[in-house]
Amino acid sequence: MIKKNGKAWLYLLPAVLFLGAFMIYPLVDVFIYSFEEGYNSASQTSFGTGLYNYAYVLHETYFLQAVKNTFILVIITVPLSTGFALLVSVALSSIKPLRNLFQTIYFLPYVTNTLAVGTVFLILFKPMEDMPGLVNMMIQAFGGDIIDFIDGPYWAKMFVLSFYTVWVVLPFKILILTSALASVNENYYKAARVDGASKSRIFFRITLPMISPMIFYLVITGFIGAFKAYSDVVALFGTELNAAGMNTIVGYIYDMLYGKSGGYPSFASAAAIILFAIVLTITVINLMISRKNVQYA
Amino acid sequence: MQNDYDLLARKDRRNERIRKALIYLFLAVWALMVLFPFYWMVLSSIKSYSEYNAETVPNLIAKNPTFENYINVMKEGALSRYFLNTLIFTVATTLLMMAVIIPAAFAFARLDFPGKNLVFTLFLALMMIPNELVIITNFQTITNLGMRNTYMGLILPSVTSVFYIYLLKENFEAVPDELYKAAKVDGTSDWKYLWKVMLPICRPTIVTIIILKVIECWNSYVWPRLITDDEAYYLVSNGIQKIRESGMGKMNIPGMMAAVVVVSLPLIVIFLIFRKKIMEGVSRGGTKG
Repeated sequence: MIKKNGKAWLYLLPAVLFLGAFMIYPLVDVFIYSFEEGYNSASQTSFGTGLYNYAYVLHETYFLQAVKNTFILVIITVPLSTGFALLVSVALSSIKPLRNLFQTIYFLPYVTNTLAVGTVFLILFKPMEDMPGLVNMMIQAFGGDIIDFIDGPYWAKMFVLSFYTVWVVLPFKILILTSALASVNENYYKAARVDGASKSRIFFRITLPMISPMIFYLVITGFIGAFKAYSDVVALFGTELNAAGMNTIVGYIYDMLYGKSGGYPSFASAAAIILFAIVLTITVINLMISRKNVQYA
Repeated sequence: MQNDYDLLARKDRRNERIRKALIYLFLAVWALMVLFPFYWMVLSSIKSYSEYNAETVPNLIAKNPTFENYINVMKEGALSRYFLNTLIFTVATTLLMMAVIIPAAFAFARLDFPGKNLVFTLFLALMMIPNELVIITNFQTITNLGMRNTYMGLILPSVTSVFYIYLLKENFEAVPDELYKAAKVDGTSDWKYLWKVMLPICRPTIVTIIILKVIECWNSYVWPRLITDDEAYYLVSNGIQKIRESGMGKMNIPGMMAAVVVVSLPLIVIFLIFRKKIMEGVSRGGTKG
């Protein structure tokens, strides 16, 4: 028996080693870092322990700007992408011919490199010296003025970022919702039709409640994902996000860790733990709301 | 009376047709929105530098399609280097991950040992840990080990994936227990059973996991950016970012778009081949955004 136990652990050993070194140890360490005041990467020494790192981060303008940007992005993109994905999925499941083709096309952004496709959005939205770019040409055609979506006014930048974010996250949500819609038992619809229920009534009384667990799953993962926005932002505005005024919380963490303003793992850790606390709070709130409203069959 | 009924029925059918048409229109418009950036990047990449810059109004088709941008981009060397790095990184990370998760999943699914449930619960709990929380220490660890700008530094922290262990374990458990017992009676060792019986049966799931991991590796940006500042070790994401930032002023957009096409193409091809598998796998638990 002992021999057998040993063998099981042997099978687990590689996984335990990797997880221990790169997940469990870092998880403990990040809390230690966040309480070590004045930690110096080079000499690996610190003055003492306390809450100074948190206080510093919470008072820094760049961090507050990043929190603001992240919250705005979350508030715009999560409802928009979930709602729109629902619309697309309902439309998709009401057709038969070409359905596979549409599904394939809609999923394409999921497998593409965020940074790479971001450059295409960049040239579509960025006005150049002798060429306004496609989007601005359309704006001009409708009689508007050229807007610099990449280096211009805050809301123009936020618009492109939200648009790109929605474009990037939709494939996953459409996929989940179409398979949720397909799994609703056909008999409910038949029964409702026999009773003469209208289309909208069927949708709100049967379809929506039946897929509500999946919608909430998407809302929760959507919140988590949007709070961690970073790559999409870099794709559009470059790595100097503080200068562009478009930094996000995750961007702030990485900037603190590495790069021109880097070398402060303690501040980065404090910011990461604040982010984790925010995401955890929002997720708990979401779960509480969902427990009240979601019908689990 | 009969007439009225016919009229109503016809009106109903017409409404239904209009509704269908509107649905198709809506779906087609969004499909165009999704495809347009791809169209635009291919289009811009086959225009010559002079043709592109001579346009004050962008043309929706290329008058003299050319591959010179692709030839230039590949000749220049940097992109081929990023490409090769990404390939090495992707293959090594995926292989190493499979070597780690297959035995682990097998142990959880088939072997009995004290504390198994506790350990498995701990593994599951780790799924909830966001990457941002552990990446700071990993950065310090790799830096202290002197593994910045090495393949090892890129690969090692990217290997772990609790979720795939979970996915594979569920799949292993679905294999009937009788097979295991029969193999035991025949005196087959656990290890041999795993390789000769379990893996062939679970091949679909293994393939799905491999594809999902390849996509993840190919597109990874954050960790490679933190751990490499020597261009010789850049992956494609960082390479694209660098091309974009260094070219902002004089911007050779057709050249840049050719690079973007080259970087995006492998995954699009993989996607078109394994479309069903990928979509199934992602709906079972891939997350992004």
